[in-house]
Amino acid sequence: MTTSSLQRRRPWRPPGQLGGRRPLNDGFRRRAVVVGFLAPALIILTAFVGWPMFSALRLSFTDASGFGQETWVGLENYARVFTDPSILQSIGNTALYAVLFTPVALIVALVLALAVNSPQLPFRGFFRTTLFLPFIVSLAVAAFAWSYLLDPQIGLLNYWLQAVGIRIGNVLEDPALAMPTVVLVAVWKSFGFYMVIFLAGLQDIPKSLYEAASLDGANGWRRFTNVTFPMLSNTMAFVVVIALIAALQAFDQIYVLTGGGPYRSTQTIVMEIYQSGFKDLELGFASALSYVLLVATLLLSLVQFLFFGRRGEDTSS
Amino acid sequence: MTSTLSRAALPTPAPTRTVRRRPPRISLTRALYFVGFLVVTTAIMLPVIIIVLTAFKPASEVNAFPPTLTPTQWTLDNFRAIFSELPFARLIGNSFVFAGGVTLFALVFDSLAAYALARLDFRGSKVLLIVIIASLMIPFQATLIPIYQLVSDLGWVNTFAGLILPRAADAFGIFFLRQFFLSLPRDLDNAARIDGASEFRVFWSVVLPNAIPALLTLGIFTFVNNWNDLLWPLVFTTESDHGTITSGLTLLTGPGGIIPQGVMMAGALIAVLPLAILFLLVQRRFIESVASSGLK
Repeated sequence: MTTSSLQRRRPWRPPGQLGGRRPLNDGFRRRAVVVGFLAPALIILTAFVGWPMFSALRLSFTDASGFGQETWVGLENYARVFTDPSILQSIGNTALYAVLFTPVALIVALVLALAVNSPQLPFRGFFRTTLFLPFIVSLAVAAFAWSYLLDPQIGLLNYWLQAVGIRIGNVLEDPALAMPTVVLVAVWKSFGFYMVIFLAGLQDIPKSLYEAASLDGANGWRRFTNVTFPMLSNTMAFVVVIALIAALQAFDQIYVLTGGGPYRSTQTIVMEIYQSGFKDLELGFASALSYVLLVATLLLSLVQFLFFGRRGEDTSS
Repeated sequence: MTSTLSRAALPTPAPTRTVRRRPPRISLTRALYFVGFLVVTTAIMLPVIIIVLTAFKPASEVNAFPPTLTPTQWTLDNFRAIFSELPFARLIGNSFVFAGGVTLFALVFDSLAAYALARLDFRGSKVLLIVIIASLMIPFQATLIPIYQLVSDLGWVNTFAGLILPRAADAFGIFFLRQFFLSLPRDLDNAARIDGASEFRVFWSVVLPNAIPALLTLGIFTFVNNWNDLLWPLVFTTESDHGTITSGLTLLTGPGGIIPQGVMMAGALIAVLPLAILFLLVQRRFIESVASSGLK
């Protein structure tokens, strides 16, 4: 797609240099080399990212089911996305998930990053590695482990909590607690990733700022609020955006733990896309929902890009 | 305190010893901090600990009340069961082919494209780069249905081609490697070009060998992500013989598929083990690159 437009917009070139070896052929060969390098990746990306994007848009205006005829239905699918109470509930659930996940993951990651970054802590490397470990565990496997720990009959965590007088019951069957539980699993899996990003941010803060603050008599807390926190604000904004994007795509642990229940209380947008697209075969409707997800993600990415685009260019040079 | 210090000034041997005990400075605060943080870390790691310990428990203890943390009797029954009662070896193999295949293809295709963007100055390269960065922002969940239709039209559902090829190149990898290639000094490849090396030769023999750290990082990242992915294999493999370890285990616990918790944990442990080994081998580089992929 893009390669052909490159060829069409061939720049004007001066006539062949004296003594040059057939420059026209050289130019052709040069373009062939460029195309050769780019072609494999661009063919894959065009077929499996570019084209599906347009195809999803077209499908979202039809009643496609994968069989038989597709009829153009205009904005009907989109109207359903924003009026069907159960779909609105899924969108609301996804928003709730994002609102729970983002601050909790951010705080856990930041606190642990500060702890692991402190020179007071011996064996920092060991702790850093260990705390990063959950990130390489798949959400599905993390979900198995948590469901066993929280099992109302044989769950160790449930048993321990009961021993100190806290009765949580069967959290995955409880409409009020199922969502916090699937969020907890996601926080557990991904805090290590955000922690490492915070660590990088912390290590970029010049030591001289802390020394100056100490000379001015700032204690630990004041150093945190007046040096660490403001210096980390860019990193924090970045983590917020990528955590929100991750939250929009919540699926794996919900599929494993609750299947969207109880009473649709953990049904998210991606769960809905999976079920309407691959179980109910409402491809048109699922595509409309996909586009809502796509636009939401793009908007968040745009915020990130506007925030960090210029900064990135500054540091890369 | 002060008296011991003043006595230390005297040339008597015994008090000197009491003074010498101070310099190592294993202070109480540091020790407390260490112990406290060790407790916190252990609590956080509880799900991993429970997977490992439950995998070695006999069935009677897995379902016992009150529940216990450690097995009183260690057994390998769960591991035997998962291989004899399920096509588990097949799932492991599938995971290696899928995640390994995607990683291999993506490394080759991404590095080729990244080289063109970083080193071959062609018209439109800026536009192309922007298009690639923009496509980074498209979540695969949003385009899953047309991708499935395409894969299905090609007759690739339930084949490795269908699992692997749609992911054989990826925008993040191209961008990541381009940034790394740009950081390599141009003198290196210009020297090779003056010596008459072709672009491919410059790419293959000069640039790639210098980019091994970046390739390793991207490779591990890609491998881990695909090994752990659930939705993708769930969609493209309707029969279990092409399922991965992640999707296979999930289907076995899902509605209808009931396998004992202990066997489940043995499966989970095996699913995590290759990644844990890979991670521990290169953890420092991996963590550093995660950090830099975020901000730089």
